Amino acid sequence: MSRYFIDRNAKYLVLACASISFIILAAIAIFTLREALPAFQHVGFIQLIFGTTWRPTIGQFGILPMIIGSIAVTLGAMILAIPLGLGCAVLLAEVAPHRVRQFLRPAVEILVGIPSVVYGLIGILLIVPLIRHIGGSGYSVAAGALVLTAMVLPTIISISEDSIRAVPRRYKEGALALGATHWQTIWHVLIPAARSGITAGIILGMGRAIGEAMAMIMVTGNAVQIPTSPLDPTRTLAGGIAVEINYASGLHQSALFAIGVVLFILILAINSIAILAIRRGRRVQDVG
Amino acid sequence: MKIRKGWKWFILPMVVALLVATFLLVGCSSGSLGTITENGSTTVQPLAEKLAGAFKAKNPDVNVVIQGGGSAVGIKSVNDGTVDIGAASRELTASDPTLVKHLLARDGIAIIVHPSNTVTNLTKDQVIAIFSGNITNWSQVGGPNKAIDVVAREEGSGTRAAFQDLVMGTTLVKADAILQSSNGALKIAVSNDPQAVGFLSIGYIDSSVKALAMNGVPATEENAKNGTYPIVRPLYFLTKTQPTGILKDFIDFCTGPDGQKVVAEEGFITIE
Repeated sequence: MSRYFIDRNAKYLVLACASISFIILAAIAIFTLREALPAFQHVGFIQLIFGTTWRPTIGQFGILPMIIGSIAVTLGAMILAIPLGLGCAVLLAEVAPHRVRQFLRPAVEILVGIPSVVYGLIGILLIVPLIRHIGGSGYSVAAGALVLTAMVLPTIISISEDSIRAVPRRYKEGALALGATHWQTIWHVLIPAARSGITAGIILGMGRAIGEAMAMIMVTGNAVQIPTSPLDPTRTLAGGIAVEINYASGLHQSALFAIGVVLFILILAINSIAILAIRRGRRVQDVG
Repeated sequence: MKIRKGWKWFILPMVVALLVATFLLVGCSSGSLGTITENGSTTVQPLAEKLAGAFKAKNPDVNVVIQGGGSAVGIKSVNDGTVDIGAASRELTASDPTLVKHLLARDGIAIIVHPSNTVTNLTKDQVIAIFSGNITNWSQVGGPNKAIDVVAREEGSGTRAAFQDLVMGTTLVKADAILQSSNGALKIAVSNDPQAVGFLSIGYIDSSVKALAMNGVPATEENAKNGTYPIVRPLYFLTKTQPTGILKDFIDFCTGPDGQKVVAEEGFITIE
């Protein structure tokens, strides 16, 4: 085979491989929308998305409590994970002595790969009984948020640390040369300069948190109600699909696909914001 | 390398990708000779596993695969043809598809609490009030001054449907009950929480939970058998059509004297 032949045609092979991933994404979107259509038609868009009662056995399909449940656990996880993650990233990038970093960084990277069922098991064994001592049955928004924090933290730490390390040395040297202390440099120069990467890491973590099903089924209690306190049980969107999909049929199954559509839109929105944040950050950095 | 613009250069890679995807999917097919698959009720699951073991001991060339998922999964799977037998722990209703029923055993449902709970008996009305959320504190039924944590099963559970039908009647279980997706998971949840209450298949009860008497009648297998404990439901093996071949052999084994001996050993009520 002449090298010119390979050169001319390799690009089609590579293009085909890339097309497969696009086809898969399009197939998911089209299939989910098609299966969800009966629910939107028979239950009605407003009643489906904003209804507050979910009792499939008597034909009631209101998703709002699950939307609020997902947002509650994700928000709780972000409130805990962002300061903790950023702090740990700063530690690893700027403060820690080399030997500490040699030990901590691989530990963080292993945590990224642990399957979510394991986090759920730890939630059931450790976190749920702990929260039971505070109040309620232990299966709660708080338990879900804590488990999600543990899942999201390694992602935020590793991406934020890489972003801080990627800031050009001259920024740090310039600040120190002008008389700033190490902490002033970190807080006022390095973190703002790494802003886009840190934002991307946070939003990636948020995407993982919103889509988490297995661990949430194990610790949130799966009660379809709008939670009024962090100690109340709730159900998340992804958890709601996983709990019922095996036996749902007809309109019930279609309503579960509608939940999938809502999740799809949420994750698309989160990822679009991430892409915009990265692009904006790159432009700002090029100017510096 | 330059990729020339124009829609033609977009079509070709798409076609190639579609062909590859199709070839990958064509490979999926199922064929079984000497394998029986079962899924469905988690109440029936441990019993089915013991029956499968006993059947395989006498017929080593037949493979019997037992899974769980809940009664609604069993009904749907056997109707869709994904399994040979669907197990259900409740009566079939008008909204269920038409299937052939094979009565396997009977089983009682008990109200369970944590072993440290001082309550030993509840009236049926008290049970309804607790599970619907009208009674919220153990002190209202003679227990300690603690809030009641209601644990129930997922909506597709046959145990839950039977509980709803035989105990709750038209009153709904409260919306903020904690839901667990199998008998085993519910038992663990109640055994870990001193304030919890739930309903469990009598065949699953062990020392990690305490079964309450209802209206003064203890929830035991004997009482369920002689009719004094009224919360009893049938356990079915369902097939899509009348079974033939090894499927018929297995079901005949389970409903025959050998299988019923296993049923009695597992703590369920034999069919007469």
